[in-house]
Formats: sequence, C-alpha cells, structure tokens
Amino acid sequence: MSDVKVFDQLFGANQHTVRVDGFFLSGSAQVGGQPVAVMGTWNAAPMDGDLALAIAAEILRVVEADVGQAPRPIIFIADTQGQALSRHEEVLGLNGYFAHVARCTDLARRSGHTIVTLIHGEAVSGGFLAYGLLGDIVCAMPGAQVRVMDLRAMSRVTKIDFDRLQSLAKESPVFAPGADNYWRMGGVTTLWRDGSEQDWPNLLAAALTEAINNPKTDARHQLGKERGGRTLAAQIGSDISG
Amino acid sequence: MHNKRVSFFEATARTRVSTLVDSGSFTEFCPPSKRFTSPHLARLDAPVAFDDGVVVGSARLDGQPVFIVAQEGKFNGGAVGEVHGAKIRGLLDRAAVEKPVAVLLLVDSGGVRLHEANAGLIAISEIMRALMATQAAGVPVFALVGGSCGAFGGMGIVTRLCDEVIMSEEGRLGLSGPEVIETVKGVGEFDSRDRSLVWRVTGGKVRRALGEATQLVDDDVAAFREGAIAAMSPVQRSANDLATLKQQHATLVQRREKHAHTVDGIEVWRQAGFAHPEGVAMLSASAFNEQLNTSVAEVKS
Amino acid sequence: MERFEITLPSLHVSALQQSALCGVVSSGNLEVMIEANSTPESCHFEVNTSADGFQDIWRAVLADFSERHKVGGLNISINDAGATPAVVSLRLTQAYEESQEGSDA
Repeated sequence: MSDVKVFDQLFGANQHTVRVDGFFLSGSAQVGGQPVAVMGTWNAAPMDGDLALAIAAEILRVVEADVGQAPRPIIFIADTQGQALSRHEEVLGLNGYFAHVARCTDLARRSGHTIVTLIHGEAVSGGFLAYGLLGDIVCAMPGAQVRVMDLRAMSRVTKIDFDRLQSLAKESPVFAPGADNYWRMGGVTTLWRDGSEQDWPNLLAAALTEAINNPKTDARHQLGKERGGRTLAAQIGSDISG
Repeated sequence: MHNKRVSFFEATARTRVSTLVDSGSFTEFCPPSKRFTSPHLARLDAPVAFDDGVVVGSARLDGQPVFIVAQEGKFNGGAVGEVHGAKIRGLLDRAAVEKPVAVLLLVDSGGVRLHEANAGLIAISEIMRALMATQAAGVPVFALVGGSCGAFGGMGIVTRLCDEVIMSEEGRLGLSGPEVIETVKGVGEFDSRDRSLVWRVTGGKVRRALGEATQLVDDDVAAFREGAIAAMSPVQRSANDLATLKQQHATLVQRREKHAHTVDGIEVWRQAGFAHPEGVAMLSASAFNEQLNTSVAEVKS
Repeated sequence: MERFEITLPSLHVSALQQSALCGVVSSGNLEVMIEANSTPESCHFEVNTSADGFQDIWRAVLADFSERHKVGGLNISINDAGATPAVVSLRLTQAYEESQEGSDA
C-alpha cells in the first residue's frame, strides 16, 4: 500500500494539494519555489482505459489552464503494475488509450511544460510506456522497481531456464528487472538513494532545474552510451541519420 | 506491375517492401552487410539475424519519396531489441529532417524482445518520441498491420500513434496477447486457442469498425500499396493540438460508455450498424467496407 | 550455438551484380548473405548455427554447392536455426541467383 506521507516528504506538509482517488492522483504543489502540477498512478495501479483517460484528462486540463501564461512544470508519479489484463480492455483498444496519454504528454511538452517523472513503487511495461517514460527527466525513488516482466514469467515465455536467467541477470543490465539497470541504459536519469527522504525537496528541485535547462530532444541513447549500458543504440542511430 | 496476388500475411518483410514500393526504388539504410547483430541474443545462445529483424530505408511510392520500415515477424516474433529499435528510431529521426511525403511502418511485432527487455522498452519509448517529433515536423506516419504477429505490446501503442492504420482482416492490433491474459486471468477470461474469438477481439474488422484502424484492405501487398497511396493524397491532417486531442479524448470517453460491457467484437459490429453481426467474419474486405460506409452514412443522415 | 568458417575452391563467379540476403532466421530456417571477397578462386563460408554437432554435414552441403556453382570470389555468411540440408541448399541457391540478377526483381 503506497503511503501518502510521500507527498508531504516531497512537497512539504500543508504545501500541496495532492490527493489520491483509488489508483489515480492529482493536485498542485511547489518545487524550488515554483508552482507545479502533479498527476499519475498510485498503489501499483493496474492501468486500464479509465485510468488512462483520467491521466490524459488531467494533462489536457493543465495545458488548457496555462494557455496564454507560463506553462507549469508537470510532475508525473509512476506507480503501476502495468496494463490491466482483460478481454474487455483489449476489445476496447487499451493500446489506443495508452497512445492517447502519450500524445497528451507530447502536447504538454510542445506547449512548454517541463515534465519530471518520479518512479514510486513499481513502474512496469505498458503502464510505464504510456506516460512516465516520456518525461524529460526520470527519477527513481528509493525502492522503485522498474521492469518489463518478472523473471519467472520471462523464463516461461522465452523458454530459458529460470536459474540460468537469474545468474545471467547478475552480469547483464539488458533484461534484468531493476531501476539501476534502467539508469545504466539511459532510461532512468537519476537514482534517489535509500535514506534520502530528508533531501527529496532539494533532489526534486534539482531535477526540475536540470529538465528546464536541458534541450528538449530525446538524448537517452547518448546517456545509455555514456553509462555503458547501451553501446549500440547511439551508433546505429548515427549510422542511419548521419 | 504484379500479376499474381502476393499474400501480405505470408510474405517476408523484405518481400513486402520490394513488392509494395515502386519497382527497384528501395535503398536500404544500415544494410545487413554492416552486421549489426544483437550481442544480447548471442549471449543467451539464441540465433541472430544480420538485420536484427527489421528492414529500414527510403523508396518511392507512386513516384513520391517515402521512408519505410518493415519488421520481420518470423524472427523472434518481430520483437524489438536494442539494434532493431535503434534502426527504427534512426529512420524516424532522419525522416524529421529529410521530410519524405510519408513514413510507412510495416508493423509485425509482439512488442519488447524479452531477451533484451530493458533495452527494448527504452527503445520503444524512443520510437514513440521520435514518431511524434516526425509528425510535428509535418511528416505523417502510416502503420500497415497484416502479419502473423500483428501489432502488440509497445508496438500496439506505436501503431496507434500513427496518422493512419491500414489493416487486413488477418492483422491484429492490441496490447496484451491472448496467451498472457489467459495465463494470468484464466481461460474463462480469454481462451487463447479460440481463434475466431481472438480475431473478434483484436482483428482488423473489429479495429476498423471501432475506428482504431482507418482502412481495411485485402490480404494482398497490392491492396496495402493502394491503401498507402490513398493515405498520401493531399489531405488537411489536423495537427496534434489541444482542440484535436480534446476531440479524440471525447471519442474515447464515448466509446467506454457505449461499450461498457462489451467483451466480443460481435457487439462492436452490432453497434457499428452491421445488419448481421454474426456474419461479419465471413465478409470480404470490400463487402465489409461497403456495409460499414452504408451504416455510417445512415447514422449521419 | 556453433560457429565455424570454411574456405572452398570454386570457379570464379563472372560478376557479383549485387550483394544478396535470402531467408529468415526462424525455427527450421536460415538466412544466407552473399557478398564479394578478394579471392577469386575460392569461396569463404561463415556459418553460425543453433544446431550443434553437424559440421560434417555442413561441409558436405557447402562442398556440393561450391562444385555446382561458380562461387569463387564470394563471401557467404549464414545464420542458421536448425534447417535441414535440403532447405540449406535451397536457400543458398536462392541467394546465389538473387546475387546474379541484374536488377531488383
């Protein structure tokens, strides 16, 4: 059960209006002295179409509210076990609902909103792809679990022996679940260490400053190369685009 | 040009490309002779492919310059790994600069390649950003879905980011595969071996009726070619601005209300106005399109 | 996975019109890539296969292929996922024919 005390620790007690409604959260806060909008998933949310629409609606509301004035930064909270698994969601086209959230996120960025994602708890697969992974800066809070699939399920699907996968996982950041592996590959920008709670407001302010100052292009392949986790992605991209 | 029908479903990625574009016009970027194979597959003792399962390059379509991507569904389920994903992202980045008339994405993929799961997930996110940047630069991206893997996982999301989604009845588009849903939620939720059910959930005819796909064509490379050419004709595409996204949002909200209890494509066809929903699976693509357009016209009148 | 290389003598191919790639790496199948090399009197084969222990059969199939076709001056690279000798021969021939064509089919 995700603990709402986290918001007090991030934004200061009585200095934010972040509220949780089931698996969805939203509200306002201040980071580094400037107002920000906060929204996202909570409680290891299974992301279904309704939750996707709630996030998309909140993004659109914030973009519309800020038309004609300085666009507020957006803090995404990603705490999701991934997509909801159901035939009903599949018939309705859950992939399309996720694409809609992604488009809204892109609109926010093009409209001048800086986006910082905080991973709290789990950030899994499709649920993470839809919005969280699209942040300008992605920070993994202590205890964050980032993955596509757990190792047991992966072993079943790939038909590679579980023990073998486990031992290979130790040496390879490429498929093993873990926020630090995503850091090494350029998918996570910053890891917040255990015991850093006192520092969170400063860490978040620093992340926001970095996001504001960085160019708005996707440099994750560069980051992955610098950190040694993904050496080919940058090279191949250059080979094609010159 | 091509006298006999070439099944899009059966064809390899390379055959789809060479028979879809203008004859002899395809130039491959990052060709297999560069040997950018996957070190991650090799480490797991899995066979590699010289093109890592995706062909990318430039070509002409009806004389117009286009860029094209074709995933090979028979290599590791068309799944996206580091190299595969970087080829697609690199192509989209180049398209944003060189501005061909369109980018054709022949999607045939289950999503992230688990052998390189983290690299694959990040790669798909990079593809999503690059695709939207290419669209923002004024270049439309068309998804063509008609292969054995369909478009699932992260590639299902990428497909729905596209300006046009051209599908055959054989194609499937969704997020989670039926086997995954069955494994986690039980056979009662989704019997993955019931083929006709699988197609009534994610098949081309359901997607077209729902508006998830913009065209339904025959399983014929020539039909996909005609569909792509038609999509290229000058049309005022609405920018992905606030007004457009609010409209799209309203449509998606409405769909959930309209289909609050829908678990089968038959209900989708019923609500789309087909006179005999149970018979839709038997219709040819042209009969389907005719009936769909008739019922849409009836709704509008 | 097994990886080995073989160089076999062969009559010089008159001209390599274009490099070629045939086949798909899926179960029971293989891909064959043909490029030019710098030794006109021999053909260099590079085989990557997921079916261990069949080197003798590979040598026989590739020797047969080099005798029946002019492949001197070519580099032939293979990624194999357990194809039968018949499928291997077929794919080699398809790739060879494609490499000899004047233009894209």
